[in-house]
Amino acid sequence: MLRNFIDKIKPNFEKGGKWGFLHSTFEAFETFLFVPNEVTRKGSHVRDAMDMKRTMIVVVLALIPCLLFGTYNVGRMHFGALGEAAGFWRMFGFGALKVLPMLVVSYVVGLGIEFIFAQVRGHQVNEGFLVSGLLIPMICPPDVPLWMLAVATAFAVLIGKEVFGGTGMNIWNPALLARAFLFFAYPSQMSGDSVWVADAVSGPTALSMFASGNMEAVPSIGDLFWGFVPGSVGETSAFCILLGAFILLWTGIGSFRIMFSVLVGGILMIWTARLTGATDATVGQHLLSGGFLFGMVFMATDPVTSAQTRCGKLIYGFLLGVMAMLIRICNPAYPEGMMLAILLMNTFAPLIDYGVVNQNIRRRRKRQLKAEACR
Amino acid sequence: MENLIKLRRGLDIRIEGCPDSSLNAPTVSYRKYAVKPTDFYGMQPKLKVQASDRVLAGDALFFDKNHPQITVSSPVSGTVDEIVYGERRALLEIRISADEKLEYKQFGALAQADFTPEKIKEKLLASGLWAFIRQRPYDLPADSDTTPRDIFISAFDTAPFAPDMDMVVHGQEEFFQTGVTALSRLTQGKVYIGVHRSKTASAAFTQCRDAVVVPFDGPHPCGNVGVQIHHIKPINKGERVWYVHPQDVIVMGRLFAKGIYDATKIVALAGGQVIKTGYHKIVSGLNLDYLLRENLKEGESRVISGNILTGTRVAANGYLGAFDSLISVIPEGDRYRFMGWLTPGLNTFSYSHTFWSWLFRSRQYRMDTNRNGDTRAFVLTGQYEKVLPMDIYPMQLLKACLAKDIEKMEALGIYEVSPEDFALCEYIDASKIEIQEIIRQGLELVRKEVG
Repeated sequence: MLRNFIDKIKPNFEKGGKWGFLHSTFEAFETFLFVPNEVTRKGSHVRDAMDMKRTMIVVVLALIPCLLFGTYNVGRMHFGALGEAAGFWRMFGFGALKVLPMLVVSYVVGLGIEFIFAQVRGHQVNEGFLVSGLLIPMICPPDVPLWMLAVATAFAVLIGKEVFGGTGMNIWNPALLARAFLFFAYPSQMSGDSVWVADAVSGPTALSMFASGNMEAVPSIGDLFWGFVPGSVGETSAFCILLGAFILLWTGIGSFRIMFSVLVGGILMIWTARLTGATDATVGQHLLSGGFLFGMVFMATDPVTSAQTRCGKLIYGFLLGVMAMLIRICNPAYPEGMMLAILLMNTFAPLIDYGVVNQNIRRRRKRQLKAEACR
Repeated sequence: MENLIKLRRGLDIRIEGCPDSSLNAPTVSYRKYAVKPTDFYGMQPKLKVQASDRVLAGDALFFDKNHPQITVSSPVSGTVDEIVYGERRALLEIRISADEKLEYKQFGALAQADFTPEKIKEKLLASGLWAFIRQRPYDLPADSDTTPRDIFISAFDTAPFAPDMDMVVHGQEEFFQTGVTALSRLTQGKVYIGVHRSKTASAAFTQCRDAVVVPFDGPHPCGNVGVQIHHIKPINKGERVWYVHPQDVIVMGRLFAKGIYDATKIVALAGGQVIKTGYHKIVSGLNLDYLLRENLKEGESRVISGNILTGTRVAANGYLGAFDSLISVIPEGDRYRFMGWLTPGLNTFSYSHTFWSWLFRSRQYRMDTNRNGDTRAFVLTGQYEKVLPMDIYPMQLLKACLAKDIEKMEALGIYEVSPEDFALCEYIDASKIEIQEIIRQGLELVRKEVG
């Protein structure tokens, strides 16, 4: 029935049709509803059922637990700070009032730009922003003014992605670029050592306590694990993040190599820092607080901006973990190092790949020389 | 069997319609045959016959403009019916209506004692069988003026629906051995025969003389000769190796033993759209109508000469390809799938675990030709590596091909690959990029520039 309706209106959107200029937009909605009836023409006669839409949706699904918990946590922090008692739904409802507008702004601005670019270029609309658009609100503090969020999203999509040619061509993770933009463009609102807890009240995060050495005030490991602490919307609950990690690893979409090596790099660095006395926090406290786990599972594994080779992924992840903790522990200006570490390693990922691929090239050349010597 | 080469990367596509093991003899007399010059990739065909000419089995039909000594012969005796041209007068088919009883051109047998490279070469060229020797790199007809480093034969096929080579060689063991012995005289190196550790049982392969038998184990594309070459002895720049399909080795064996070009082969008929699957003993170039008429299920079908990953699409009354020993028929996928990104996918096969079907390891799935999504840029990484068991970086090589960067392509191993080795990468690609085509064009470019 729906199919019939689409088939009926389709000619209007084809080239030369009444709404021909909206072709990409129509196409995006149509393929959202139905996998196209396009059949293989060249090469392999069968194609796997997996496509980019499904890939991206799985990542979105993996993010949902974090999003739901984050929404609830925003409300919980609010009522907790005000000392008011509130039921679950009231907390969740309050959180939704904060988080939903952020989501809407991020998607409307980002997808809007994506659609316009697709239209102008005559391309199809890429699915990549489905994930980026969800990530952006989740890594921002809930009190970020919506206009700032809009500007940051526009910056990330335009400068971070479209100038390089769109999804698949970008160098830096677009969502993190949005966050970095906010961080550097509006530092007073995005203060590093205390974050929004409730209207007009802000509280320190666990990280800022590590930095100031105020270890007694750090929340318990249990709270850190379940996520009952202040922080950006999506990053607080280690439990929900691990749930997402499980989905990504189970489906094979997230790279186990990256997650594993980030973890190893991070733990090693904390351990070293503890030996030298640079930090008082334990390994568990460091791992569970801030955006380390969230970045590790959802942002470091971004296939486009991470290293692409198997071995490169291990190096990339390890260095990323080390850098994140190094910045966090040794640089007092930035209590959280994950964002900068990921962006930095995004920049170096092509170099790592270059090195790894060159090993292969050298091996081949050696073999060649040996063969020539034998001849 | 020592030195087992065990490959772990790859994928066996679990598609319904595998051929059953029945061997069928012709029920009616098959009269319509054709030779398709397009099967001989890399040849520039020039006709030697015209319509209504009478030919014997073994008479040359056309030759290669660049190497006039290389010809392709008629598999049957009869009359040339029609010569079919395509766009820009490309030679597509030479159709022949066969005699009731085939008459063979006599080339004279060659005793093993007389196996010298010159005599073998002469016989293969005269009979048109030389064209069945292929060369790597570039996947071209072998140049009869050169000597290859080694010759490779893959004695098993891992592609979906692939025919069982033990069945193919059954009763033809002597001819296969003769063919291998003859080939072994054409190279300074060795003849390597890749066999499957557990699935290859025939002694013709495992006990073959004048050759090195190398056991393999692993999922598709382990049976691809390119993958086997890569693991046995990879091709370096400037080297040439040849490879021959086992069926063609058998035909060569017949030539030396009996002095005739007898292109009888065993082909498998398979696929979800076929009512009665199985093996058929036929002559190369047969019109498929004989096998498919009243044997197809309802609905639109795609008939493929070869396997579903690399084969050529033909009409239901088209002709079997010269190198193919498999006919696959699968449903066309001209349909919409509602909310394909959301469905649990219990009935959909996928290499990815985003479909729940991966929990059911032994089920076979109905698959059609739907592309299952739109073309996108390269986004996911580390996927191609999972199905390419070679020491090669597929994504980087593909990008070098797209960028037409010959130096980089060479450095990344373009000489070791052929499009068929990348067929699975193309199959699993979530971005739906035409990868085999990219590799083919990359190879063409290198061939033009480097030679």
